[in-house]
Amino acid sequence: MDRIKKEGEIRIPSGCAISGIFSKQGNRFSGQTAIDSIRVMHNRSNGLGGGFAGYGIYPEYKDYYAFHIFYMDSIAKKECMDFLEAHFDMINLSKIPTRKIPSITDEPMIWRYFLSPLPTKLAESQLEEDEYVARCTISVNSKIKGAFIVSSGKNMGVFKAQGYPEDVGDFYKLDEYRGYSWTAHGRYPTNTPGWWGGAHPFSLLNYSVVHNGEISSYDANRRYIEMFGYKCTLQTDTEVITYMIDFLNRKKKIDLKRVAHILAAPFWSTIDRMNDQQKQEYKYLRNNYESFLVTGPFSIIVSYENGLMALNDRLKLRSLVVGEKDDMVYMASEEEAIRVVAPKLDSIYFPKGGEPYIVELEKEV
Amino acid sequence: MIVNLIQSEYEVIRDQNRCINCKLCEQQCSNGVNYYDKKLKAMLSDESKCVNCHRCVAICPTNALKIVKSQHCFKTNSNWSHHDITNIFRQAQTGGVLLSSMGNPKEYPVYWDKILINASQVTNPSIDPLREPMETRTFLGKKKLDIEFDENNNIITKTKPQMELKIPIMFGGMSYGSISYNAHKSLACAAEKLGIFYNTGEGGLHEDFYVYSENTIVQVASGRFGVHPNYLKAGKAIEIKMGQGAKPGIGGHLPGRKITKEVSKTRMIPEGNAAISPAPHHDIYSIEDLRQLVYMLKETTNYEKPIIVKIAAVHNIGAIASGIARCGADIIAIDGFRGGTGAAPLRIRDNVGIPIELALASVDKRLREEGIRNEVSLVASGTIRSSADVIKALALGADAVYISTSALIALGCHLCRSCHLGKCNWGIATQIKSLSDRLDPKEGCENLVNLINAWKREIKEMMGGMGINSIEALKGNRLMLRGIGLSEKELEILGIQHAGE
Amino acid sequence: MKKLTVNHMSFKQLNSLIRESSDNVFELDDVHGQRFIAAGMKNKKITIKGIPGNALGACLDLGSRIYVKNDCQDATGDTMNEGEIIICGNCGDTAGYSMRGGKLFIKESAGYRAGIHMKAYKNEKPSIIIGDTAGSFLGEYLAGGTIVVLGLNQNGKCPVGNFCGTGMHGGQIILRTDELPNDLPKQVVTRKAKKEDLESIKEIINQFCDEFSFDKNTIYNANFYILEPNSTIPYRQHYTTI
Repeated sequence: MDRIKKEGEIRIPSGCAISGIFSKQGNRFSGQTAIDSIRVMHNRSNGLGGGFAGYGIYPEYKDYYAFHIFYMDSIAKKECMDFLEAHFDMINLSKIPTRKIPSITDEPMIWRYFLSPLPTKLAESQLEEDEYVARCTISVNSKIKGAFIVSSGKNMGVFKAQGYPEDVGDFYKLDEYRGYSWTAHGRYPTNTPGWWGGAHPFSLLNYSVVHNGEISSYDANRRYIEMFGYKCTLQTDTEVITYMIDFLNRKKKIDLKRVAHILAAPFWSTIDRMNDQQKQEYKYLRNNYESFLVTGPFSIIVSYENGLMALNDRLKLRSLVVGEKDDMVYMASEEEAIRVVAPKLDSIYFPKGGEPYIVELEKEV
Repeated sequence: MIVNLIQSEYEVIRDQNRCINCKLCEQQCSNGVNYYDKKLKAMLSDESKCVNCHRCVAICPTNALKIVKSQHCFKTNSNWSHHDITNIFRQAQTGGVLLSSMGNPKEYPVYWDKILINASQVTNPSIDPLREPMETRTFLGKKKLDIEFDENNNIITKTKPQMELKIPIMFGGMSYGSISYNAHKSLACAAEKLGIFYNTGEGGLHEDFYVYSENTIVQVASGRFGVHPNYLKAGKAIEIKMGQGAKPGIGGHLPGRKITKEVSKTRMIPEGNAAISPAPHHDIYSIEDLRQLVYMLKETTNYEKPIIVKIAAVHNIGAIASGIARCGADIIAIDGFRGGTGAAPLRIRDNVGIPIELALASVDKRLREEGIRNEVSLVASGTIRSSADVIKALALGADAVYISTSALIALGCHLCRSCHLGKCNWGIATQIKSLSDRLDPKEGCENLVNLINAWKREIKEMMGGMGINSIEALKGNRLMLRGIGLSEKELEILGIQHAGE
Repeated sequence: MKKLTVNHMSFKQLNSLIRESSDNVFELDDVHGQRFIAAGMKNKKITIKGIPGNALGACLDLGSRIYVKNDCQDATGDTMNEGEIIICGNCGDTAGYSMRGGKLFIKESAGYRAGIHMKAYKNEKPSIIIGDTAGSFLGEYLAGGTIVVLGLNQNGKCPVGNFCGTGMHGGQIILRTDELPNDLPKQVVTRKAKKEDLESIKEIINQFCDEFSFDKNTIYNANFYILEPNSTIPYRQHYTTI
């Protein structure tokens, strides 16, 4: 019998649940909150993928790049370790501690490293630190078979697996981590993804994206962003969206609000009704960045070191709710996912299609 | 004794019961096929002169006429077709290069017909274009990926020059001289009404059409006919014609008899003098010369117009396009081997060049591999026959398409491929006033507007079916296509999977 | 009256309890996003504290009433046949999809795509009343019935989003506002409400006010517009036969 193609060899459409929780003051709270939130959206997933991104979880190592890596076998591990040693100073390495959960099985080797680019190699490359790390990450993921760098940012990490998200959170002992920003994702793929790398969030450097929906512009976006050194090895919507945000925000230094207006550009009929100054600006963005336009239903939560951004497609075909209480901001696909962790809210808001909702740290952490 | 080696391929069949001897067919046929025989008191036809243009059939008030393939035949021979044999007769008699018009009619694969389009279901919704927004507006030109901000953090919105189109379809270059004044007027007028562009072709721009400037692409071909600074400024974009799909590598020849007073004025050459377009531009012998010409035109027009470079689809088209993208061109127009023409040597038309589908796919891929896809927009042509072809072209990687044969058909052309004779009964490919008067520019314009509007509706339906509501998301979106009946290699070049995958 | 503390009971278990009980009146406490509550329910009444999950009261039937003291989520009243759903807060997207009868009252705002393809038949006259605003695509494909948006916190500003009434071919959308949406399709025709129009919706508006203790005078003392399908310009694709 032919082996069923794995995620990345083919493209697997899916639907999902997303959730995000953020402390504006940078107060760190347990990952259990994110688990409790995503648990109530159990019906939006089918147990074939779940994951979390936590920020502020490694304060003792906050100046180093925290790599979370999956290894399918020891050969992959050796190859990857060789690569890392050739390119980085390894400050610390260990297996990521996990719990035995009956519903989470067949796990790969899961390791964590705190790294700093090797000064000589970095100087030789003439790249900025972040770009150097990004290229190494993409290189490992596209070239070393069986090794997958799950996250590569500072003072943050992505924890994902095949299973319901609440079980995944349990598996990774997220109740023992504390961070100021958590996002969670539960997946409903239409066939077996085959391996853990395909679960969400997808992350590169300090960006991580959780995404609900399926975009029809995928191949137009992918074939464009791959011109700039990115490799879409997983063939997921989340991956291509993350790369586009990294490119526009980090490399082209475009602020996130404008990035949102590129990804979810308003319709021409709306642009034509704007005042001259705005019209010129939106027309410029829409024309020059036409291949970054995302069509099809989506709601995404983007985490980065300073905040969270929630964004819906222009027709708002997926649901998204935002709630605030004192210092905390909550975002989720369903209101209940917010109420279950924050029954009383100061305000509740339903972002419109194409309108970004951005919340940022009010002080340094 | 006269030996007639060449027999007519077609016969004119007249139903004498229906024929009322109105003689319209005699009056309308510029080739003198139909005539009234006084002795027999009936209309007869001399099929040896018939080019199968259907003019007589179309205007007969009683539908008495039809053109059929003659049953006169050679012995069946899979190696020697009727054309192969009679063309040798012709060349033996005349010693001449066989001349033909319009596009390659031979049986090579038409890849458009082997590509299927996706539709969304279950995992992704389709969109109803009648009730929800569906956008076809697009821009051609260089895309800038860096943003500059002013002191107030507003974006500095200056870009390289762009062309704005309401729908990514334009009318391709057909020179005034190869087609009539009325045909040009129809195209210009329709381009304006539709918010798209038409292309002057290499025959210059008639002064009457300067009024359509905002929707005109002016072409600079090897003969530089009618190219003067006002001409350049009159276009919204300038197209350097390096080649065309119908006759890659060779030039053009408009015979002296087609250089009428108006054509002469527009081309700025003496009346009755043949208009020869040399094979290469004789000042472009290498890619750096092309760069020089591109910048010469940009300087002359103060960098206000995007420069299009039109090339024929030939071998190694990827590398050629890459070179053009790096020499300052804003847009590359690729013309496939099926492209039409007013006149071209038969053997070149039918044997030189490659299909646009393959050329487009490999150019788009190559430019992305080199990281320069945003430096140019791509326009595909040769042949786009329907809205489905347009969708497939965009998904393969085109930013827009040119249509020429389709436009002429909308004006009445029946693809009889006799343009080089200059006696087009439909008033399109002729300079004879009595014939070109038959094409009413007002009606012609309306027909073209109808055609593009109909295609626009169909494109929106297909986009909606794919769950796409803005045309940008279709560009280069190869996953929306699947091949059927294609080899591994063909699929690989097209960059699409096979149906079922 | 039966009191149930729902907590994290599965929706299947909860609905089963309601269905099989001989009681007809329920008070559900601590509801936590359970889906499909009261789906197909007939002749029973429920009060809900907490956030019900998606598809509350789907296919709701004759004699039923659901009263929610908080917000509710997407697909509320999906394909509702009869009965009443009263929400003392906001509702999510796609409320009242294909509603065929009954009343859906939302005290605050509705999300996108409320009242899509709502239809009336014989004696069935479904209605949706929204207290504040409704998102884009309100009443898309509306085939019958009445949708009212009151804009109570909008100070006369337009209380609906974009693409209101696109595809509408029956029924009415009534907006309490000083400004109409500026992107109505030409298939929709608008006019200022006449006395008879307001008379015809008086009963449901009064009930709405009573449910949420709104002052009737404040509501009626404002501009109302009626949006109806323009029968002279139907939606039509321009076809040509081959």
